[in-house]
Amino acid sequence: MNEQPVIRTSGLTRYFGAHPAVYELNLEVPRGGVFALLGRNGSGKSTTIRMLLGLLEPTRGGGSILGYDIRALPPEARARIGYLTEEHQLYGWMSVQECGDFQSRFYPTWNGKIFRGIIGHFSLRPTALVKSLSRGERAGLCLALTLAPEPELLILDDPAVGLDPVARRSLVESMIYLTRRSDRTIFFSTHQLPDVERVADHIAVLDHSVLRACCPLETFRNSVQQVRLRFPGAPPPLPKIPGLLQATRSEGELRVTCVHYNGATEAALRGLAPTQMEPVPISLEDAFISYLGDRGEKSFILSETEAQP
Amino acid sequence: MNLNIAINTGSTTPIYKQITDQVRLAVATGKLNVGDQLPSVRAMAEELVVNPNTVGRAYTDLAHEGLIESRAGRGMFITRKRKMFTREEGRRRLEPLMEGLIGEAMVLDFTLSELREAFEKKLSQCQWNFAKGGNRNNE
Repeated sequence: MNEQPVIRTSGLTRYFGAHPAVYELNLEVPRGGVFALLGRNGSGKSTTIRMLLGLLEPTRGGGSILGYDIRALPPEARARIGYLTEEHQLYGWMSVQECGDFQSRFYPTWNGKIFRGIIGHFSLRPTALVKSLSRGERAGLCLALTLAPEPELLILDDPAVGLDPVARRSLVESMIYLTRRSDRTIFFSTHQLPDVERVADHIAVLDHSVLRACCPLETFRNSVQQVRLRFPGAPPPLPKIPGLLQATRSEGELRVTCVHYNGATEAALRGLAPTQMEPVPISLEDAFISYLGDRGEKSFILSETEAQP
Repeated sequence: MNLNIAINTGSTTPIYKQITDQVRLAVATGKLNVGDQLPSVRAMAEELVVNPNTVGRAYTDLAHEGLIESRAGRGMFITRKRKMFTREEGRRRLEPLMEGLIGEAMVLDFTLSELREAFEKKLSQCQWNFAKGGNRNNE
């Protein structure tokens, strides 16, 4: 297996005026599998994707995609990348089948079986006119058009936006279908944590233009932990705890969410002399919300190597 | 084979663990028997709509536990019936159920002795279904 990452950036930065939309991004996307790019609105996800595809010039820094410099992507590199944007560019007067036929002429690697499979999956009639399609149906058609050339690298910019639950499930199923080839990579941005939980191997988290995590999904889950401490009266004030993300207090109880929970964290919490102290399992969504919450310390970044205790 | 695994996203239990838990449960309750074959990683992933690596991880864990084994070129099979949960894990799982029961009884205005009595009665009705204490601690 090729060990070179399919996407690598170093110090990738883009300013809009005085505001950095993406700041000093060092990203590595391994070959094979599904990589989710997460972050709140305006955190720099789309800007990152557009720079990766050479659609937007970085202010400084750079990167490579499939081994090519992102500032000078040759057509042969582009032919190996499938890109799905939020704005679906389609001709309204064409039928679903005509869209496929039209698109197929541009790609020597066009796989009609995949095209038919995905439009079938989204219950699209080949004779339906594009202008008559619903939003979810258009998304399905665009996905079919993007996947049929069997791209080595598939980049999806928020593919789930505006999709109903059924269409979203079809999208996730299509992504899983694509992983049949273990050398294929999917890189997608999303707000849908349930989808991330289902399909992602790796995640990157952008927060206010800065990369805050880039690691396997499981590493992220294991690194963010919540502990419940009980006290006979009001909980004491919290000392400085490394990696503290969030602390919520109520009568006789303190809930602390930390990243990189380890022996030192535990010792610091035990120092508060709680009558009881126990870990509370949390969902991916809660972990994510704590991670990006406003209260916590923001000096750390989760990465593959760093996260190991 | 009737293995209805249900995946809950948004749960505090990671998906690979939901799979291992449910396979274990299916073995413990006799839905799966020794010699039964599990779907391939790919088939299971597509059926559950989850990443194949997640299913792979679940199968690896089950294989480490000795609950399933891979037979070259043929797939994964249930090897033997094993005790599903450690005592500690069992207690951890029982706890919220008991809390739920007690809370519900309070809402329904049961007194402590009434609840105890109802519980005892129910227990005596299903006595024969319980594990014998003697063969529990033979791990």
